[in-house]
Order: sequence, then structure tokens, then C-alpha cells
Amino acid sequence: MITKEVVEHVAWLARIKLSEEEKEKFARQLSKILEYFNMISNVDTSNVEPTFHVVELHNVFRDDEEKESLPQEVVLKSARESEDGFVKAPRIL
Amino acid sequence: MATGRDEGLDVKIGLEVHVQLTALKTKLFCGCSANYRGMPPNTLTCPICLGHPGTLPVLNRKAVEHAMMVALALNSSISRQMIFFRKNYFYVDLPKNFQISQYDKAGGVPLSTGGWVEFAVNGEKKKVRIRRIQLEEDPARLTYPGTITTSSYTLVDFNRAGVALLEIVTEPDMETPEEAYFFLQKLRSIVEHLGVSSENMQGSMRCDANISIKGGARVEIKNISSFRDVRRALQYEIIRQKQLLRRGGAAKQETRHWDEDRQITVSLRVKETESDYRYFPEPDLVPVKISEEWISEVASKMPELPDDRRERFTSDYGIPEYDATVLTSNKKIADFFEECCKLYPNPKKVANWIMSDLLRNINETGIDVAEMSITAEQFIDLLKMIDEELISGKIAKRVLREAIRTGRSPRKVVEDEGLLKISDEKMIAKIVDEVFHEFEGAVADAKRDRKAVNFLVGQVMRKTRGRADPEITNKVILSKLEEK
Ligand SMILES: [Zn+2]
Repeated sequence: MITKEVVEHVAWLARIKLSEEEKEKFARQLSKILEYFNMISNVDTSNVEPTFHVVELHNVFRDDEEKESLPQEVVLKSARESEDGFVKAPRIL
Repeated sequence: MATGRDEGLDVKIGLEVHVQLTALKTKLFCGCSANYRGMPPNTLTCPICLGHPGTLPVLNRKAVEHAMMVALALNSSISRQMIFFRKNYFYVDLPKNFQISQYDKAGGVPLSTGGWVEFAVNGEKKKVRIRRIQLEEDPARLTYPGTITTSSYTLVDFNRAGVALLEIVTEPDMETPEEAYFFLQKLRSIVEHLGVSSENMQGSMRCDANISIKGGARVEIKNISSFRDVRRALQYEIIRQKQLLRRGGAAKQETRHWDEDRQITVSLRVKETESDYRYFPEPDLVPVKISEEWISEVASKMPELPDDRRERFTSDYGIPEYDATVLTSNKKIADFFEECCKLYPNPKKVANWIMSDLLRNINETGIDVAEMSITAEQFIDLLKMIDEELISGKIAKRVLREAIRTGRSPRKVVEDEGLLKISDEKMIAKIVDEVFHEFEGAVADAKRDRKAVNFLVGQVMRKTRGRADPEITNKVILSKLEEK
């Protein structure tokens, strides 16, 4: 069961604001989704190798060779504010 | 206090060490240069390390190999298949809002598990177990205009974001801050000998510590940027928790922040718990299979490690095991010692001078070994000046201290300060005359009293700032007393 408090905590982790109605609604919906996962959990998988990836690929590498980076002015364009070449961000501690 | 242990306190210390793989040219998942030190901010980024949508990370093969070398050197068992996980959280240093890391739960497989590091603490052997080693990306570098406590905003430089980082987690096997310090020193010496990480780069090794006392709650200390501060932070934390116990309280499980300026730990309000990071397998990266052959290939390329080097030092140079341990606890010092031995036939004397004078002065002046400017040639030049009786051993110690403090060569210090030994008998005789004139009473006493002779020798030394040859001085004084 997903309670309203759990929804509030998850919303805080995702930094999104939810209305009271949304919290109730998501609690109901998420509970249903988890019930579905519980169903899947009941399947016996003791003899099945875990799937880490959906494609049957492994060891995709690149060599340690330098590529050109983006110019600073291009990078700073995607920042709301910048100062002396740095991205300016709120202070969080 | 021989062991430095607080008996009955049952202190348990574990460390989480982050080692940057500084020998790599590029970042962990993109071709941006990893050599960000001294570069203008935000000039070494690309859509991958900035986490732009639609980009795909591709793993740097050499990063895996360097990580494998560290795992092998720490006796850690390398996973046959490792996978990457996303660690999700919002923070200004994280462009993607998640860090590509590894995880040892929920089906996660880190690079390696288990292992140990053996090192010496004041001559005693100590073994600390390794829990796991994982490969992850470094977050961006944050700076605060003014100071961290007064600044109203944060400046972000993404050049560091995505640089390859190893996280080495130990079991809580350390019992004193000293042990934690010597563990870190040994670990640093190992990664330097492997050539995967360099000490003379600010912030290439960072550390979080956790500590519990008397089976109490585990307190985590974050943000410790130097080994010296690891020791200080732990010492502070032991005192703080002891005081809590004495007042009938107990430490609560929390994360504390090491405040470097004030040299104290402060409680950090961390609202996230581990499950809040919502770890899940990184869908953009495929698993890495590590075959037996690949491991042997990497193992065959492993350079000499500090323990082997220590053994070689005792057999090749005939120095005691204790000396060899101290000398190999830092790669630069070990290299320095070997260079010196090429230039000078007496390894034991070189070892003594390095350990008692060079290292002590470096510690006292607060200079990092990495920043030490004296060369092997200059150092040996100093020893030769003693052998050639140009300066006394006592003066040499002073010269070395001055050379380390100012960065001048010992020879230059001797020249600048006129410290050459005075062995010219005539010159000494002149000074003795002066002393005799000034201390007539002592001269009269000296005929009967040996102590007064020593006093006169001392006065000659004082006038020459220790430069007069003591034997000649003694001889001249005695013969002049005879004449009286
Ligand atoms: Zn990049």
C-alpha cells in the first residue's frame, strides 16, 4: 500500500509539487502498479539468470583518446545564469 | 598510549575513499579531456558529460583496466560481469540528476569485492579489509565566491563532471585515527606505484569516514580533503562522542560535515536515505564481462608495488625493514631514495638523513612531499659537503631545513649565509683571542676547571654560529691556556 506520505516523500525527491487531489490519485495508482509487481514477484525465477540489459551486448568500449569539447560560450548558453565562465547556481548545503 | 587505542571505547572506523584515475587522458564515458586542473571553467564538456538528452555514454576501456589494477593490488576479487547503476539525486554538481555508479545490492555487481591492505602503524602490522571497489563518475566542482559559509550562491565548473573515480570502501577495521591515516598513506602509495593516480594533484584522493564508539550509532563524516584532516576529524569526533557518553547521552546516527576552517564536525541535515537514491541498472550501458585472460593480461603488466619494493630495499640496499617501510610509504620518497643511492655509496646514511631530517622538516613546514623541490643531486651534495668537512653535521641539518623552507639548494644556502666550516687554525686562533679577552674570568678558571674550557669552546662556536671546527677550536684553546 502506498500512503499519501510516501507519495509526498517521492514527490519531494523528484522536486515536484503535487496538489492534495493528485497525492490521493497517485497513491491509488502507485498502489495498483505495485500490486502488479507483486504478481510478477510470485513467479519462480530461481533458475533464471538476471537480465541486466535488454540487448544481448557486452563490453562496448572506447579507447582513451581525446575528442574536442564544446566551446565555453556554447555550454553557458544552456545555463540560466553564469559568472566568469562558471554556471551560477543556488547555494545548497 | 603505546597503541594509541582508547581502551574500552571500542572505536570502529571505516573509510570510503575516492581515488581519481588521473593517469587517464579522458573522462569515464566521453572523450573530453580529464586533465581539468588549471583549465578555464566549463571548457572540457560535451553533450555526454553534460547529460543532454539523446546522448549515449561509452565506457573508457583503460579506466576499467586501471580499476582492475587497483583491485588486484588490494587483493580484491574482480567480478566476472560488472554493471553500472544510476544513483538518483538532485544536486548542483550533477548535470544529469543522477550519477553513473555501481551498487552491491538489488542485483548490482561492483568492479570487485573483498580484499585487504596491510600496513604498519608505529612498527606494528595492521590489516584492514576491503568491502568493495567500484567505478563511477566524479561530479562537477563547486566553488563558493568568498567563503563556503558566507557565499550566497554556488559556481559550478562541469570540467570535472564525468572524470573516472574509484570508490574504495573498507570494513570498519580501524581502531584509531592514526590507523586511518596510515591506511590512507599506504593506499596512496599503492595507487601511485601503479601509476593510476598521482598525489601531486589537488583533490585526487578524497575521503569520507564513519565511526562508532562502544557499539553506538554510526556517524559519517563527509568532506574531508586531506589525510591530515582525516586524522583530525576522527580525533575531534572521538572526543565529541566521548563527551556525549560521559553526560549519559549517546551519538545518534547521522552525517556530519568536516568544517576545515573551524576544524570541527557539524551535523548535516541529510534527508535522503539509501533507498531514496532509487538505484537501478543504467540502461544506457551494457554489462562488462571480465574474462580470466583479461585479468591475467592486466596482472602481467603490474608494476612493482610498495611491499615488493620494501623487500627489495632491504635486500638491495641493506637497510632495516623499518627504514624500508617508511621510505616506500610514499612513491616520491622511495624514488628519491633510489636516485640518491645512485649518487652516493652509503644507503643507510641516505636513509637516515631522509627519515630524520628531510621528512621531519617537510612535516614541520607543512609542505607536501609532492611539492618538495630539493633534488637528489642537491641532497647528496649536502652529504658530500659534510664528508669533505666543508660544513659540520649540525650545520647541515640547519642548511637542509632552510633549503626545504625556502626552495633554495643546500649549496646556495651555505654560500648565501656563509656557513662554510672554519678549519683554518689562524682564523680560529684570532677568534679564541677575542673570546679570551672578553672572558678573562673564565680563562683563569679554565686552568683548573674543565667546565670553563667547554664554556670557552661554546663562546667560539657562538661567535662563529657553529662554524668553527670543534676539534681545532679545542686544540687551540688548550695550547693557548698552556702559554698563559
Ligand atoms: Zn564530455
